[in-house]
Amino acid sequence: MARITAGVATSHIPAVGAAIDLGKTHEPYWQPVFAGYEFSKRWIAEHKPDVVILVYNDHASAFSLEVIPTFAIGCAESFAPADEGWGPRPVPVVEGHPELAWHIAQSTILDEFDMTIVNRMDVDHGLTVPMSLMFGQPQAWPCKVIPLAVNVVQYPPPSGNRCWNLGKAIRKAVASFDRDLNVMVWGTGGMSHQLQGPRAGLINKEFDTRFLDRLTTDPEDLAQLPHLEYVREAGSEGIELVMWLIMRGALAAEAREVYRFYHVPASNTAVGHIIFENPH
Amino acid sequence: MPPANYTEAFKDIPGTVVFDATQSRLGYHLNMFCMSLMKAENRAAFKADERAYLQKFPMTGDQREAVIARDYNRMIALGGNIYFLAKIGATDGFSFQNLASKMTGVPEDEYKAMMIAGGRPAQGNRSKTDRSK
Repeated sequence: MARITAGVATSHIPAVGAAIDLGKTHEPYWQPVFAGYEFSKRWIAEHKPDVVILVYNDHASAFSLEVIPTFAIGCAESFAPADEGWGPRPVPVVEGHPELAWHIAQSTILDEFDMTIVNRMDVDHGLTVPMSLMFGQPQAWPCKVIPLAVNVVQYPPPSGNRCWNLGKAIRKAVASFDRDLNVMVWGTGGMSHQLQGPRAGLINKEFDTRFLDRLTTDPEDLAQLPHLEYVREAGSEGIELVMWLIMRGALAAEAREVYRFYHVPASNTAVGHIIFENPH
Repeated sequence: MPPANYTEAFKDIPGTVVFDATQSRLGYHLNMFCMSLMKAENRAAFKADERAYLQKFPMTGDQREAVIARDYNRMIALGGNIYFLAKIGATDGFSFQNLASKMTGVPEDEYKAMMIAGGRPAQGNRSKTDRSK
């Protein structure tokens, strides 16, 4: 049977992708950011996922205001990097896993999550920057990816609790897939940042640290945090952190934190990164 | 049903516009103009003649003027969402930090230095009604 072996959360800052693509990772400004992912690259090379269910938000790339799905699961064979206004990132095409994606869609819909099924979708930095951070710059990505796009642009986004419960439904779906697959779930976005208006540049290390602590030890309680507190404490774009709860909900309660990294700043944002392993 | 004060409660947060139903309705065409800038040929057409290009979208005059002026705070007030507006910045060849310096009204170097020093603190920036928070 397929099983979820681990969870990863990371920020997905576009400037980090640009630093990689333009060969700036050794510059003094960027070096501390990328140093924080050295462990992770070694770790993922050892743990070799077959499939990553990658929870991210689209930033007005695949979805405009014409259609705004709360949860959209990519069921296509492949997903091309999006042109976000300066040309697509020079990264490999993302190969999907349609069979598992459709299985998860069916299972979660029957579990009363009204998923949107997407058969054509370009993927933006929200998905490709975490891939680059974890895998570097290969010719082809070393695993299949199921994109799971969450609306955090148009209010209201899903509640933390809804995300937590969707994670649990994904766990159940994967466990009932009759193929021997090593599956990881990644949650991306955050941590504290605000990109808009006179309050842009907000960073809250105390909030972020507490969020990481609670994600490990009492995620079910963390899932009760209202949207207002995310925006007040972690900035308007800090709301992306609800997506980390999908990842955590997909793991066992006793999942073990094996790595954590935090750094301020990358561009306008606090970089947060955490890795959990499920018990064997 | 959302709590009656769900949307209202965000308005206590200083310097922040939450992209709710009201903003989304107000800014639909402005944001869809931004979406069009995802295509290279549209970016070229916009750069060649901004006013003529903006006429293709049924935006308000105020929205068009805010775009021409690159007044991002005004665009946000008129329903623009930052993820959409960022496509104007990308078309101009500016980074997000450059846009942030424009929105916060400080030179880009000063803004960058604030970020390197740990960013804007939450303390004093949580609530309009209680600036001591």
